[in-house]
Amino acid sequence: MNTADTTTDLAEIWSYLSSEPLLWLTATLVAYLISDAIARATNRSPIANPVLIAMLLLGGVLLLTDTPYQTYFTGAQFVHFLLGPATVALAVPLYQNRAHIRKSLIPMFGALLAGSLTAIASALLIAKSMGVSGAELLSLAPKSTTAPVAIGISEQIGGLPTLTAALVILTGIIGAITVTPLMNAMGITDWRARGFALGVAAHGIGTARAFQVNQTAGAFSGIGMGLNALLTALITPYVISILL
Amino acid sequence: MIAHIAILLSAQLIGEVTVRSLGLPIPGPVLGMGLLLILLIARPKIATDMAPTTSGLLSHLSLLFVPAGVGIITHLDRIATSGFGLTAALIFSTWAALIVGAWTFIGLARLTGSRP
Repeated sequence: MNTADTTTDLAEIWSYLSSEPLLWLTATLVAYLISDAIARATNRSPIANPVLIAMLLLGGVLLLTDTPYQTYFTGAQFVHFLLGPATVALAVPLYQNRAHIRKSLIPMFGALLAGSLTAIASALLIAKSMGVSGAELLSLAPKSTTAPVAIGISEQIGGLPTLTAALVILTGIIGAITVTPLMNAMGITDWRARGFALGVAAHGIGTARAFQVNQTAGAFSGIGMGLNALLTALITPYVISILL
Repeated sequence: MIAHIAILLSAQLIGEVTVRSLGLPIPGPVLGMGLLLILLIARPKIATDMAPTTSGLLSHLSLLFVPAGVGIITHLDRIATSGFGLTAALIFSTWAALIVGAWTFIGLARLTGSRP
């Protein structure tokens, strides 16, 4: 086989791979396994966040191979799809923690309202004071709620839905990385409060972190995320009309 | 296990259809979570049966955010221009929401005598 044939073969294999979901689906799972192994090797240090590491690995590969995100997503969408069933699955830890939850209804609703309003209002005020304006500023408003809801809200209020998706993911990572040192520094030891506040402020990525640390924190984080999806959708337009 | 996945997908499907047909401001899967919770309260045995499947899925919740997270590469130019203000807003606002949320929870738990 001469060199020209080899080149053609490689080009054919690449054109097959880049038109099928197989390559990027496999790459997503492998990148996650690598990042999860790193997280375990560091004893689940908050800074070794699996979502962040896998994003950096895959983003780097896409930029190096000049692969458009749309091509990547045709493969990765099968993983993305599981977010829906996983959200439904949160009903099981919720049910198992029902006794805890029934005892903390008032603290939960108070923390939901305070945490959700703080998340929206402080993001808008800080960004505005630093010169962010227009559609970029509006895209920031629903950043603490779960991605599909945040995207819907962003469209409704005149933001940029794909920028909102990126800001939502970054918020989740910031919350997941900083929650443990922040709560320890403030001397907050109640797993219900830690988990619930994290679910409200940092949605599913926060909830994923909470489940790594403590099952009760995970269950409360799941409730915080679910309730804040509802509340953020209801109050964001009003908060914007008052603040901006 | 297939039966458990079918239950999860059915709850999501009913949730999506209900949300869309009634124009509710909540995501379909969140309503699906509520529906499954009602089912579990009515049939507690299902919760015990499903637990291995759902805890398997939830222990790898991080994986499911990776595809959306990689989408950040489509916004690198915007992050380079407005990045400082956006990053500051994300970090300080997330900390503020965490602190306010956790202290409100603890304050109200003390007031109402709710212990962990």
